[in-house]
This record gives sequence, structure tokens and C-alpha cells, in this order.
Amino acid sequence: MNTYIDVTWPSLLIAASLLIANLVLSAVLRLGMGRRLLVAGTRMVVQLFLLGLVLEWVFESANGPAVLGMGLLMGVVAGVTAVRRTSIRFPAAYLDSVVVIVSTAFLVTGVSVLGIIRPTPLWDPQYVIPLLGMLLGNALTGISLGLDRFLNGVLAGRTRIEGFLALGATRWEAARDEVREALRVGLIPTVNSMLVMGIVSLPGMMTGQILAGAAPADAVRYQIMIVFMIAATVSTATFGVTMLAYARIFTSDHRLRSAGELGIELE
Amino acid sequence: MGCWLGRSRSFRGVGCGLSCERVYYSPGEHVISETPILAAEDLGRRLDSGWIWRGLGLQLAAGECAVLTGKSGTGKSLLLRTLCGLDRPDEGHVHHRGHLVTGQELPRFRARVVYVQQKPVLIPGTVLENLDLPLRFHVNAARGRREGRAAALLSQMGKSAGFLDQRASVLSGGEAQIVGLARALLLEPEVLLLDEPTAHLDAESTERVEQVVLEWLDAGDRAALWTSHDRAQVARVRRGPAIELGSAG
Repeated sequence: MNTYIDVTWPSLLIAASLLIANLVLSAVLRLGMGRRLLVAGTRMVVQLFLLGLVLEWVFESANGPAVLGMGLLMGVVAGVTAVRRTSIRFPAAYLDSVVVIVSTAFLVTGVSVLGIIRPTPLWDPQYVIPLLGMLLGNALTGISLGLDRFLNGVLAGRTRIEGFLALGATRWEAARDEVREALRVGLIPTVNSMLVMGIVSLPGMMTGQILAGAAPADAVRYQIMIVFMIAATVSTATFGVTMLAYARIFTSDHRLRSAGELGIELE
Repeated sequence: MGCWLGRSRSFRGVGCGLSCERVYYSPGEHVISETPILAAEDLGRRLDSGWIWRGLGLQLAAGECAVLTGKSGTGKSLLLRTLCGLDRPDEGHVHHRGHLVTGQELPRFRARVVYVQQKPVLIPGTVLENLDLPLRFHVNAARGRREGRAAALLSQMGKSAGFLDQRASVLSGGEAQIVGLARALLLEPEVLLLDEPTAHLDAESTERVEQVVLEWLDAGDRAALWTSHDRAQVARVRRGPAIELGSAG
């Protein structure tokens, strides 16, 4: 079980034809999802094609700065995208999100690489890049959901929060429910996927490893490690971004800033 | 002692003016301290449209119930919010017993200078649970539950003991105001900042609420600032300066 069957570019047309069938169906029934599917599908192909080129170069060069640069670029894109996907946002959230997602994902990747996988060299892109990618992708979703829930909760609950503050609550006492709710929502996808993993869903990485010829038992151990790392990254990143948003929304004199003061953008 | 000092200025946007009238009031046998309980100097708030009020001065001494009037949109609630530190003034300062109120002290200050919102915040649960809400907060943690005092207060405002077990979700606007006021009084505040506390009450309940606040005022070293649109009410509750926002200064 050491080889895998190659998927050629022309054979991808067969896979694409299934999506095209859906596009035709959408156009005939005027479901309005054709355009979005087309844009998303095209973007995906172009992005992955370019990624393939970049990865091949990074893998061949296998030098530390190239891997670091690639990782940082992925982190910045993930951090910015996480905030862009929220329905309410404020300018400083972008910086917060990038700083938190990069530091968390790099820390967890560092622990995995130094403590568990120990490749040679330590920055071996074959391990570091996919690992980082999975952590960033999941953290992105957690941050988006958590931040969106927190900002919406604080805005909608402004009267209640200020009512608490007026009775002597500290900013933390007034905001705790919203922070807790943001973390709960941010972790929903991670917790749900852990609950059904192996029963309802076969994890993508494990499937990939098995397709690539790895023994299922090896693939399972890798997957368990990855899921632990993902859960740690998502929890830490969601908590970090939520707490930074909390610190920006509430002043040190226990006051809730107005939406105008924060420069909040609504979508 | 208490008097509002208004500086006459011209502003763009919302006009601001204050009428200041000094009324001498002697609250029974109580000793009135020299330092005002709550004081503000040169207070100003600016909105996008310009200054809503500016150059406001306030000294609220023990035993006084100042009244605050003005048309809608003249910044009455904004002034109460600024005095309790929910909003930061664009100019000026607020002093509590001679000390500048800053940063970390604000929760303790707000538990002493209690802002009673026109529509009090109610949490899901019973009236009693709502009266206990402030006990969740660290600054009030030393206070015990005072069900007896709560029942007595509510009874004074025309509510039976059974009211304590009523669900907050079914309360009328007026009942919610009664709960908000009772909750503030249970904190034994030094100053009550009342934002039209009887706006949703009938005449009889209004009279009871006024009586409760004035009795509370008589019982010690404390003061109130009462916002109202009702001229008759202003005359009944006023024990000190009268402030009108938005009139030509």
C-alpha cells in the first residue's frame, strides 16, 4: 500500500461535469445559485492550481524562510478572511484576527513539529504546510462564528449590558454571557465534527492519507493528533479574538463604546 | 449647596440653555455635609450635530431632589448617563463627595449613584430574581438578600407580596418601572438618577412612587435628580434646583 492512482487533469473534467450539471439545473429552475457556484468553483480551481505551483517550489527548495513566508501569507489571508465573513466588524478586528490566528497556529504547529512529528529538517514543508493549513482553516471558521456572535450579541444586548453596568457590574460581569456564547458558537463546528468523526464523517486528511497508500492505523493516529491540535487552535484563537474585541468594545472605566466610536461596519 | 451654573454660550447645532433657580430646603433634622454628594463642572456632550449641552455645572447636596426638564431630544437621559459614567463627557468632570470619579472606581460609584432607566432592564425570571440581580455583581456581593425590605417597598408602591413571584416577562411598563426603582432603592444608594420614573404609571401609582422616593430622601445623607415632563410632578417632588435643558439661555 505505498502507491496511489494518479488523477490527471483531463480526468478532472469528469468531476467538473457533475458540477456543470448542477449549474444547468440551477439555470433552468432559476434558483440563482449558478453564478455563485461558478465563481466559487472557478476560484477554487485557480487558487488550488496556483497553490500547487507554489507548493512544488516550496517543497523543492525546502528552505526555512520559504516555508515561513508561505505560512505567514496563509495566516494573514486566514485572519483577514475570518473577519470579512462576519456580518458586523470594526477596523481593528483585522489586526487582532491576524495576530491571534498566526500566533496560535504557529504555536500549535510548533508543538506538533517539535514534540510529536519531529521531521528532518524541522520546517519540512511536507508536514508543516498541510498541518498549518488545516489549523488555519478551522481557526478561520471559529473566529468568524465567534466574533460574529459576540459583536451581534453586544450590539443587540446593549440595553441589557448597560443596565447591568448601571447597577455596579464590571465590564467583565456585564459581558460574560456574550463572551461565553461567542465561544460556544465558535466551537460548534469543531465539537460537532469530533462527535461524529469516524461514524458519520471520514475526516479529509485521513481519507487522503489512506488514498495515498498509508495504513489505516497510521492514518487514524495522525488524524487523532490533528483533531486535538485543531480543537486547541480553534478554542485558543476564538477566545483570543473575542477577548481582544471585548477589550476594544469595553473601556477600562467599564463603559461600553458606541458603534460610532468603534467605527463598526454593518453588512 | 445645590445650584446649577449655566454659562451662556452660542453653539452650532442643538441650542443649550439652563435656567437656574435656587430653592432653600431644610431636610428635617439631618445634618447636611458641606461637600456635595454629586458635583459636575463644565460638563459638555457633543453629538454629530454639535454640542447638545455645554458648560453644565451641578452641585447636588444631601436632602435635595433636583428636577430636570426639557423637551425630548434635549439630552436629559444623556445627562443622567454621563453623571453615572455610562457615557464619558466630551468636556468637564464628575465628582463624588469631592473626589474625581475615574477608571476602576466606576462600578462602585455606579452602585452608589444609581441610574434608574426609564425602561429598566429585566432578566428572565421572577420579580424577586430581578430585585436580586445586583447581588450577582462583585461590588454588591457583601449585601444580603433583603426580601422583607423588598416586600415592604413594593407594598408602599401598591404591590402585594405575590408580586415578588410574578414572571418579569408579563409585567406592564409601569410595573417594570416599579421593579427598577425598588431594585435601585434596595442598593441603599446615595444618589438616585431617575429617568422619568413614573412615565408608564397611573396617577395613583405615580403618587405612591413619589412618596416612596421623598421618604427615602428624608431618611439620610442622600439626594436625587428627577427627570420629568409633568409640571405638576416637578412642583411636587422638587426640593432643590430646577434645571431645564434646551431652553434659550
